Amino acid sequence: MKVTTEQIKHVAELARLKLTDEEVKSLNMEAVIEFADKLSELDAEQIAPTNHVSDIYNVFREDVEVPSYDRDDILKNAPAKARGCVLVPKVVE
Amino acid sequence: MNLHEKTIHELSSMLKAKEISSVEITESVLGRIDAVEDKVGGYISVAAESALEQAKVADEKIAAGESVSDICGIPVAVKDNICTNGIATTCASKMLETFVPPYDAFVSKKIKENGGVIVGKANMDEFAMGSSTETSYFKITKNPYDLTKVPGGSSGGSAAVVAADEAIFSLGSDTGGSIRQPASFCSVVGLKPTYGLVSRFGLVAFASSLDQIGPMTKDVTDCAIALNAIAGHDSMDSTSANIKLPDYKSALVNDVKGMKIGIPAEYMGEGIAPDVKTIILAAAKKYEEMGAIVEEFSLPMTDYALSAYYIISSAEASSNLARFDGIKYGYRTKEFEDLNDLYAKSRTEGFGSEVKRRIMLGTYALSSGYYDAYYKKAQQVRTLIKKSFNDAFAKYDLILSPAYPNTAFEIGGKISDAVQMYLGDICTVSVNIAGLPGIVVPAGFDTNGMPVGMQLIGKAFDEATLLRASYAFEQNTDYHTIRPTL
Repeated sequence: MKVTTEQIKHVAELARLKLTDEEVKSLNMEAVIEFADKLSELDAEQIAPTNHVSDIYNVFREDVEVPSYDRDDILKNAPAKARGCVLVPKVVE
Repeated sequence: MNLHEKTIHELSSMLKAKEISSVEITESVLGRIDAVEDKVGGYISVAAESALEQAKVADEKIAAGESVSDICGIPVAVKDNICTNGIATTCASKMLETFVPPYDAFVSKKIKENGGVIVGKANMDEFAMGSSTETSYFKITKNPYDLTKVPGGSSGGSAAVVAADEAIFSLGSDTGGSIRQPASFCSVVGLKPTYGLVSRFGLVAFASSLDQIGPMTKDVTDCAIALNAIAGHDSMDSTSANIKLPDYKSALVNDVKGMKIGIPAEYMGEGIAPDVKTIILAAAKKYEEMGAIVEEFSLPMTDYALSAYYIISSAEASSNLARFDGIKYGYRTKEFEDLNDLYAKSRTEGFGSEVKRRIMLGTYALSSGYYDAYYKKAQQVRTLIKKSFNDAFAKYDLILSPAYPNTAFEIGGKISDAVQMYLGDICTVSVNIAGLPGIVVPAGFDTNGMPVGMQLIGKAFDEATLLRASYAFEQNTDYHTIRPTL
């Protein structure tokens, strides 16, 4: 499948990336997608997909309180904070 | 012989006999870092002060006559995508340049509980995406055997510091070969355990269904010792296997008589350098001399493994890396118009180009209209790859192959061509897709004196057989004793 620059820009938007035309060129997504397209040669219609190699089962535990991380410790890594909260730009007008 | 040149098992015996102290070992390693790190560049950060404190605690435990682990008092380097409480964990990315985890990864906690001494955080490809450690935001690590060449990747720092005696052992992570390929390039032992054997809690996620943490060591005995220290069930990782584990040291038996070893023809094809092929065939011959039965066989689906791997791992990465949005931690752009602008600018400025490329491929493969052709198809190929290994292990105890088609390449040699870089991972990615254990052991040197490792692949949770066969090979060869001169 041949990808267009418009498609690449659309995917960048979905991924929350702002790519300049120069960056779009240097990422060379056409070649990377062509490389991924190798799979189109294979007929796997009847094959069930494997999402995970290990046996999946539910993991339950008793609903008991355990100490969590200290709020101030967690907030140390926040780029902006105020009054014990992470500071973000206005989301709702 | 200097203390920093020794193995875990040599130093552990000396510590237990009270001939030396952990502080002396740690000082020797820190001295070595001072002497050669300028050339090698294997560390993103060195934690000298806390290492010496941990060494003192280890010495006190030993002096008090406590029964201690084999890694008690031993300096270890930890890949910089594994969280270490109070020590920056950057993933070699501008995005996490200032991130200091408020908690330990499961393996970091295990290292500390066992008395291990964390000396620093090893360089890597950004977010573990790469095969040369050149995508690191901070620095390029050099191969200790030839400083003009790459150490491999993504755990290139972890491999280089062990090869250069800047750590006694290290931890790496392996999503598609990231422990095994640098082990091959730097002549160290590297183990990618079975998916689920080692907890991923606190490992910054790249591709969650493929990632595993494993040890990188100077010999096979050390590999068993380090695996004993980090394996085990963890309720914080829902994919962690809750099974009874053996003492991996008891697997170190110099006997492979009657063992059946298969060599996949697809891993020995025309893309494999002649020197590498010769060395792998010599290893096969060595196994035959030791009494194993070795034969070539066909491992179908190898042709499709690379594309399937890059689709699955990039899809999972695009989802996992969505969390880096400039809000709760990590890099936040300085100027922005609104929330969406903050997200996009923070991510665009915080991620390097290889990370962007993988996010783009993954987002594309998961996007509406393309999901069936890429992501679902790759998951179907995953079923077929798993089946081809199941069929192989009905006949063989182990699979023997190269870890990489060539020896270490020049710095700058491949970085501008992403697809060329991806094609090199042909011998390693299938192991992650199938969730199997794989080990790389030093097996020789090419005509330029660059190391070649051989890869052994085993059945799920059969690390014991891998270690046994590796140990037997090591006992009958001396490649692991040939060290780089710096």
